Amino acid sequence: MKILVAIKQVPDTESRIKVAADGCSLDPADVKWIISPYDEYALEEAIRIKEGKGAEVVALTVGGEAARDVLKNALALGADSAVLLKGDGQGDAYAVAQMIAAYAKDKGFDLFLCGNKGLGGDNAAMGPMLAELLNVAQANVVVKLELGDGTFRAEREVEGGSEVVEGALPAVITAQKGLNEPRYASLKGIMAAKKKTIEEADAAPATAGSCVTTLVLPPERAAGRRLEGEAPAQAAALLQALKDEAKVF
Amino acid sequence: MILVFCELKEGTIRKPSAEALSEGRRLADAAGLKLGAIFAGASCAGSADAAKYGADVIYCAEGASLASYSSDGFAQVLADTVQAKGATVLLAAATAVGKDVAPRAAARLGAGYASDVTGLAMVGGKLQAVRPVYAGKAFATTSFASAVQVATTRPNVFPLAEKAGAGAAEAVAAPAGGFKSVVKEILAKASGKVDLSEANIIVSGGRGMKDGANFGLLEALADAIGGVVGASRAAVDAGWGLPHSMQVGQTGKVVSPTLYIACGISGAIQHIAGMSGSKFIVAINKDPEAPIFKLADYGIVGDLFEVVPELTKSAQSMGIGSN
Repeated sequence: MKILVAIKQVPDTESRIKVAADGCSLDPADVKWIISPYDEYALEEAIRIKEGKGAEVVALTVGGEAARDVLKNALALGADSAVLLKGDGQGDAYAVAQMIAAYAKDKGFDLFLCGNKGLGGDNAAMGPMLAELLNVAQANVVVKLELGDGTFRAEREVEGGSEVVEGALPAVITAQKGLNEPRYASLKGIMAAKKKTIEEADAAPATAGSCVTTLVLPPERAAGRRLEGEAPAQAAALLQALKDEAKVF
Repeated sequence: MILVFCELKEGTIRKPSAEALSEGRRLADAAGLKLGAIFAGASCAGSADAAKYGADVIYCAEGASLASYSSDGFAQVLADTVQAKGATVLLAAATAVGKDVAPRAAARLGAGYASDVTGLAMVGGKLQAVRPVYAGKAFATTSFASAVQVATTRPNVFPLAEKAGAGAAEAVAAPAGGFKSVVKEILAKASGKVDLSEANIIVSGGRGMKDGANFGLLEALADAIGGVVGASRAAVDAGWGLPHSMQVGQTGKVVSPTLYIACGISGAIQHIAGMSGSKFIVAINKDPEAPIFKLADYGIVGDLFEVVPELTKSAQSMGIGSN
């Protein structure tokens, strides 16, 4: 079995977001970059499949030199090899899907794993677009995955519960929190990763479907009001305010 | 034409789909286009209601092959209908199904896609979308380069607008089947309550709840005022047995209810990112310096274990939630 794990470098969740001078992109100053948390579940799942039934795990990202960090980490965690596709990995999801599809096509991958969304861009689009471009099955927002002989069974989160998706491999599976508990890299893994090289290739030309024209911060919320007194008085005042001022009830 | 993919639940159009239709009508009027609704399933009974939200034409792909949801099967229906009817805009609600099928249909059409949008406009005959990024820490205006433009609308954001449309019914062919994946089973939660992403009122608990069992207090309040219960990442990760599906925040659900009551939640950036789109925010916290108060329309500095039961009691005596 051959597994491709697509990972993305994203701003840390505690980052304060600032708009760059161009008015349409993120100011990268002071941003700490991390692997998108959902991609960690994807990578962990690939490594568990490798440990369970045996598989070759290839980690891939689209980006510049800085994106090497997430690949090094993937190698330390247990990926067999890593690929850096040099291109704009922070842009339009359709373009990124085309780049990954162009790379992965004809390489015999049985399974494609990635996060259900890249944190920040929050498009939740690259996975299903990749599945369509490769003409394979998909299951998104997956919290449980079982592989059969050329088949998969995935539980995915839906409103008010979950549903079971069954299909044929190859397939694109996008991971959700709950799929597994990602491990930390061991010292042995980190040392072994140093000996592995990261394959580098230019991303194939791709057509963007959309682009961000402006990026703005949300308006500040107006100052609120404190409700004073003991608990019963506070509770009564709140409900009255929600009823009369906010007209919630 | 603007085409809106609509989901049915027990023979009724789901509210997020009706919201997408309402917005589709507004856009179609602005651009002088027709509005089409597209349904897919074993039965499209109930689809006629799309006319209430302004659909000029109601397309139905009815067939045994569509009895269970299939990502590639439904994407094929949507893309084929867009092409056959010459639609330039495809909308769906950003539900579990909408977010699954829309990007796949977009790729099939060679179209750009904007997900979970909170604002739409037609500019120069093309769709333009505003969508929260970094979980609402910023808003991006997205323009499309492609001939067809695809977007999913965030539930609870676009107002429902009833406006009678012609609603002419027209059948479209269902694919033969042989799909790559298909839904085999629905594992529903017992509660039967609405999902956080669609809830109008959310009562949420954080680390200050001290234990998972204490969430019963929030359930009682939620029941009294017609809400559902959420939790912060700190609470979900605390090992109290709370499921991740309850988590509100950047790595959980991003919600936009009318009322959000944060109980014992300090207001980490991660959490605020997931709920700052709420219309009214109430914070109940012992710590007067908690960052959540900066966001709150109404703040109560106090012990949630005293305040929440009082709220439940008062709400019951005021008859809130019973109407």
